[in-house]
Amino acid sequence: MAVLARADRAALEAALAGLDPPPSWTVLRAPETGMVMVRGRAGGDGAAFNLGEMTVTRCAVSLACGTIGHAYVAGRDARKTELAAVLDALLQTEAHGPSLRAGLIAEQAARQQARRQDALRRAAATRVDFFSMVRMG
Amino acid sequence: MYVAVKGGERAIAASHAVLAETRRGDPAVPELGVDQIEQQLGHAVDRVMAEGALYDRTLAALAIKQAQGDLQEAAFLLRAYRTTLPRFCASVPIDTARMTIARRISATYKDLPGGQILGPTYDYTHRLLDAALLEAGEVPPAPRAPEPADAAMPRVTALLDQEGLIRRETGDRDAEPPDLTRAPLTFPAPRALRLQNLARGDEGFVLAMGYSTQRGYGGTHPFAGEIRYGTVAVEIAPEELGFAIEIGDIAVTECQMINQFAGSRTEPPQFTRGYGLAFGHSERKAMGMALVDRALMSRELGEDVTAPAQDEEFVLSHSDNVEASGFVQHLKLPHYVDFQSELELIRRLRQEAEARLAEPSREAAE
Repeated sequence: MAVLARADRAALEAALAGLDPPPSWTVLRAPETGMVMVRGRAGGDGAAFNLGEMTVTRCAVSLACGTIGHAYVAGRDARKTELAAVLDALLQTEAHGPSLRAGLIAEQAARQQARRQDALRRAAATRVDFFSMVRMG
Repeated sequence: MYVAVKGGERAIAASHAVLAETRRGDPAVPELGVDQIEQQLGHAVDRVMAEGALYDRTLAALAIKQAQGDLQEAAFLLRAYRTTLPRFCASVPIDTARMTIARRISATYKDLPGGQILGPTYDYTHRLLDAALLEAGEVPPAPRAPEPADAAMPRVTALLDQEGLIRRETGDRDAEPPDLTRAPLTFPAPRALRLQNLARGDEGFVLAMGYSTQRGYGGTHPFAGEIRYGTVAVEIAPEELGFAIEIGDIAVTECQMINQFAGSRTEPPQFTRGYGLAFGHSERKAMGMALVDRALMSRELGEDVTAPAQDEEFVLSHSDNVEASGFVQHLKLPHYVDFQSELELIRRLRQEAEARLAEPSREAAE
């Protein structure tokens, strides 16, 4: 779910379009945009407090076989959230789970990890290397 | 007597049209895209999200466009929008120790695990206008280090905590925090409510209150123990799932101010901490918040409450720029009837005063 939430919509569309036969699903809970109250902790590790809200979209679907998929995705993209819910359901099936995990999920996880590593390498390039000036005499 | 005032409809409609035309500016200049605001005016987007108390970069950018760059008006638009959305749940508290760091500095320790990472900052720029930006141009890519920065970095306060030299956070970690958006502010305000208030408070106000503590109005001898900015994962645990899931990442800025504390009858001399946390890259806001958070602890620490920044009723009641702006600007609304009665009152008082002035001379004559 974490990988699907961060994936591009186009990648989810492509993964579903690549399935044969194309999956059919019923929408149990239509995509709905609402908010999550983001909490922090006082001092970073103390008691919780309410920092502010963020937009989030949720959706629940059911496959023909009865498998239920859920998605909660940051932002307001209804289509992406529905696709994520469908993929969440498909990932639980024996027919599609292993191939989706090896394909879509592995690829997207690698992309997300690469993006994160690139951001951390860019940050690391700005690390200060202190050196001491030794006064002689 | 209340007299209904009508007849402004046409003028208001025309005013809306003038506003739209003014907002657009010269049609010969290409129209600004919301994506351009989101990408290239990132600090404005961050500020609007923090003060609008809603994290959504696209909506914040839209609000900025709609408000012609008036960031307080944009925050107001975002606050108004959030009232139209249901709230699904609260998140698991974010863990800033696991932040994907873009910037992390400490003014108290030169060498600390993870190092000092400058990231994107204006601190070392010369504040000279850059004429090169008058023209569009390619930006050379920033360098990448062979090794990424650490995926998790300990907080500076944790280092002091190991020696027992810093006052521990005392609140109940599992307590359900109070929520300003659900219940009005009451006093005395618990720390969680104060932090929520400051996090959505006006940056200028919070900065000025923090500044006042540095200038001696409730001084706390602060050190910037640590400032970090980067992205953190947001986790929620929806009831229907029964387990926590990540829904995405948000960018936040965190500031840990370390302050002196002489100790009290029950506590030894130690450092105390003020905490700041804000949506987006908002260092000035997070630092101001941390200073004010510490100043507002005076009562709990048994310090004298003498300065404005230590007065929670003063600080928390005036920090919100949507409320402040609304109350100041409501003065523009028609007060014709109120004013007529004031006018009559002043006229009567003047007549009475004039009559009184005339009397002594009569007395003198008698």
